[in-house]
Amino acid sequence: MKPKKKKVTDPNPKGWLQPEAGRKKYPRVFHNFDPNLRTQEKAVEYVRALNAAKLEKIFARPFIGAMDGHRDSVSCMAKNPNHLKGIFSGSMDGDIRLWDIASSVRLWSVPIAAAMESDGISDSSNKPLAVHVSKNAFWAADHQWDGDLFATAGAQVDIWDHNRSQPVKSFEWGSDTVISVRFNPGEPNILATSASDRSITVYDLRMDSPARKLIMRTRTNSISWNPMEPMNFTASSTSYAYRQMKIAIAIAMMLENWMKPNVSTKIMLDIDYSPTGREFVTGSYDRTVRIFQYNGGHSREIYHTKRMQRVFCVKFSWDASYVISGSDDTNLRLWKAKASEQLGVILPRERKKHEYMEAVKNRYKHLPEVKRITRHRHLPKPVYKASALRRIMAAAERRKEDRRRAHSTPGSMPKESMVEDELRKIS
Amino acid sequence: MGVRQENGTPRKLGPVTEEEIADVTDNEVRKYLRGEGANLEVIQDKKLKGQLAVREELYGKSAKTAAKAEKWLMPTEGGYLDAEGIEKTWRIKQDTIAREVDISSSKKQYDIVLPDFGPYTLDFTSSGRYMAAAGHKGHLAIIDLQNLGVIKELQDEMMLIGVTGIVVNENVEFRGRGKRWILVADLILYRCIAEVREAVRDVVFLHNELFFAAAQNKYLYIYNRDGTELHCLKEHGAVLKLQFLKNHFLLASINNFGQLHYQDVTTGEMVNNYRTGLGRSDVLQVNPFNGVIASGHSGGTVNMWKPTSAAPLVKMLCHRGPVTGLAFHPNGHLMATAGMDKKIKLWDLRKFQVLQTLPGHAKTLDFSQKGLLATATGSFIQVLGDFSGSQNYSRYMGHSMAKGYQIQKVSFRPYEDVLGIGHSMGWSSILIPGAGEPNFDSWVANPFETSKQRREKEVRSLLDKLPAEAIMLDPSKIGTVRSARKKEKPTKQEREAEIEAAVAAAKSVSLKKKTKGRNKPSKLVKKRQQGIERAKRPLLEQQMEEELSKKKKRKMSEDNQLPKSLQRFARKTATV
Repeated sequence: MKPKKKKVTDPNPKGWLQPEAGRKKYPRVFHNFDPNLRTQEKAVEYVRALNAAKLEKIFARPFIGAMDGHRDSVSCMAKNPNHLKGIFSGSMDGDIRLWDIASSVRLWSVPIAAAMESDGISDSSNKPLAVHVSKNAFWAADHQWDGDLFATAGAQVDIWDHNRSQPVKSFEWGSDTVISVRFNPGEPNILATSASDRSITVYDLRMDSPARKLIMRTRTNSISWNPMEPMNFTASSTSYAYRQMKIAIAIAMMLENWMKPNVSTKIMLDIDYSPTGREFVTGSYDRTVRIFQYNGGHSREIYHTKRMQRVFCVKFSWDASYVISGSDDTNLRLWKAKASEQLGVILPRERKKHEYMEAVKNRYKHLPEVKRITRHRHLPKPVYKASALRRIMAAAERRKEDRRRAHSTPGSMPKESMVEDELRKIS
Repeated sequence: MGVRQENGTPRKLGPVTEEEIADVTDNEVRKYLRGEGANLEVIQDKKLKGQLAVREELYGKSAKTAAKAEKWLMPTEGGYLDAEGIEKTWRIKQDTIAREVDISSSKKQYDIVLPDFGPYTLDFTSSGRYMAAAGHKGHLAIIDLQNLGVIKELQDEMMLIGVTGIVVNENVEFRGRGKRWILVADLILYRCIAEVREAVRDVVFLHNELFFAAAQNKYLYIYNRDGTELHCLKEHGAVLKLQFLKNHFLLASINNFGQLHYQDVTTGEMVNNYRTGLGRSDVLQVNPFNGVIASGHSGGTVNMWKPTSAAPLVKMLCHRGPVTGLAFHPNGHLMATAGMDKKIKLWDLRKFQVLQTLPGHAKTLDFSQKGLLATATGSFIQVLGDFSGSQNYSRYMGHSMAKGYQIQKVSFRPYEDVLGIGHSMGWSSILIPGAGEPNFDSWVANPFETSKQRREKEVRSLLDKLPAEAIMLDPSKIGTVRSARKKEKPTKQEREAEIEAAVAAAKSVSLKKKTKGRNKPSKLVKKRQQGIERAKRPLLEQQMEEELSKKKKRKMSEDNQLPKSLQRFARKTATV
């Protein structure tokens, strides 16, 4: 008989536990991916997904802090693309402040008197570089992303140059007040405005007259261009509808995608796109801040606090991880864009764990229990009730229309698409 | 695993090239694919098709990576027996193996003889590092098997404190006197020892080696590692057999009345208890693949249970006589049963059909991690193996206990090529090359776990604790879409519509012109009425029949309302 080659696993504990080179702290680990060793892996994954959903809810604390100091409601904000931490805010009493959002302190401000009177103030740091005067009151202003031009809106749309005291160009279409204006981030000569006659107008500075005008069913309060897809913009309106419109660069305008979030019932006052172009934030009259996917119908997130009043202005931070809101209660508030995101330095193992949790949650998101937990948001009673009421009203409207259609001559009441319903006229 | 008849072609010397590393066969990859991929051909939706194609590609890649890791990165190779020429593997004796293997492996062959407490039953932790032994006459012990290698060095100490027993290892025998078995030294041989002074029928580890449950004469007890009694679980009764479901933290037991209990050991909640109604049984085994528990009964049936239904999931008539042993293959598709009808049967659990019937008795059965099947009866052990790859088990090894010790339990030690045997005179350990998985996964079961790792793992496994509802015959069903239900009975509206249609059809039949006097309007009306009645009748009759049967069923269930004193004997209705 020849020797039997017989091997039995011989574990010498010291050898097995010896740490790998360069990893002195941890005992050595081994992997074996044999599926027989991990039984019921689907059930385990499901339980992990459920736990991940629950943990996400536990860690969802989006409110970071408030910046107070304004003496009147905060009406507008502006951010500088070259500075991550700074944000300007303006209040209804004419106060302008620059904030450092990392430390929530005021860096600089323009005294109200200085803002009112352009001359007679000794402090040079608060002195404006240039002053432009127009015949009419201003409702909105926006600067080109690159270049020397800026636009103001009011009774008419004026285009100004830094070096000229008079507008280089003026546009007028109809007699109503223009309430907002935004330059296109991709094509510097295109800007969009909305007016109180429920219109949205697109201008091309190379032409003498406005390019296109849409009349909507409700008034548009604010417009934001998608920075990653600059042919699209989203408008926030007085009704509960959002719209995303696409302009072919060659001016032809068409409607691409309409979103009708049932959740929001109140007037949306401001809107701002995330620098990633994948989501946008809105501030609303119902005292909430909501974050939407750029192409999805429902809001991904809704933020509210007991003390926050009507939100007049919202901005995404330039790193897309924070949201700043300014509201009627004279405060600026800083929120996390992802409510349960862990802030600070994340170790690689921690990050991998987060990624794994996210992946299993995504895999089992359609299962009822996981879905229920991830979708649930606690809402203030008025918001909750208003959305319920809104649903009832919409259902009643639909029912009534259906009955009318059923009792009228076939074909006399064609079904209107949501686009047609929202959009009254294109010219 | 298993036999090697001759050496294969020797592996090329020198460094391995990139292509060689990437070269894995489809067979090696299939193990990690977890079933067939989706059939993309039938999908109409182009977007969905694209997304699924990406996903499938990802699955394929990860399976291939896992196969490559298995081929090249595993630190140890499995053991095997190398039989040459006409030599048969089952003729190879343990002492021959002991001569050929390295010293540390040969130390895993030993007999521990404790004549005062036997017969012994055994249980291993999932990492295979610790063993619990329970002597029927009242002895409990937990043994750290890694340090058992130092038996020889410890003999003097053992003699000093006085051990009742004989340890046979490499022809060394020694004897001691006394009753207590406590050895607290740096090298711990027996961690816990309790003399319980009553019958101990079974012992299982809970989720780690710190806790174990013992089925004693009257009640079930939970002890910690040091032998301190933590809980007395009276509700279980006189338990004959215990099982622990480590993913669900459920302790399952069957008692001498044939009652099955499931208790959650984390909360202490009794999840459910059922009367099997099939009498006393001490054959109970959990299927590691899905957590379903199988019990063997004296009528020859094997029933499979889950904690959420009082009726068994499966009832199988396996033997023409009492079932004596039961074991599951780790992949969950194969079950081995042994009966008093002198048959050992292998069952395919996907089709519930017998694959192979072998002759012989077996008091106890166990599958190893690599699929070897150990059967034992009297003092003889036979190990069977599937070497053809076609689920055809044949003899692999045999072993006879010395001096006719009667075997009570055989159990393979996980991650080792070792078979533990509990017998009437203590316990023994023999080498079965190719039995255990050679490579452990630190995240699943780590034999070299530090106490910190054990603590971490306890927390993590509690977070991943599965609910009792996750136990089902096919655990891969979780997260899939339920296929559309069969058509239910027609609704009331549908039925009415059917009748109306039949009536309309009967009305529209044009009647023939008849001769004078038989074509009167009254006659015509009557005739038409008759036609309608005729059309309606079968539908109405059908409806009435259904109602009648419903009423009958209700009446039957009412009749079954036994008088209160007898109600407890009524069989519970199945709630599957």
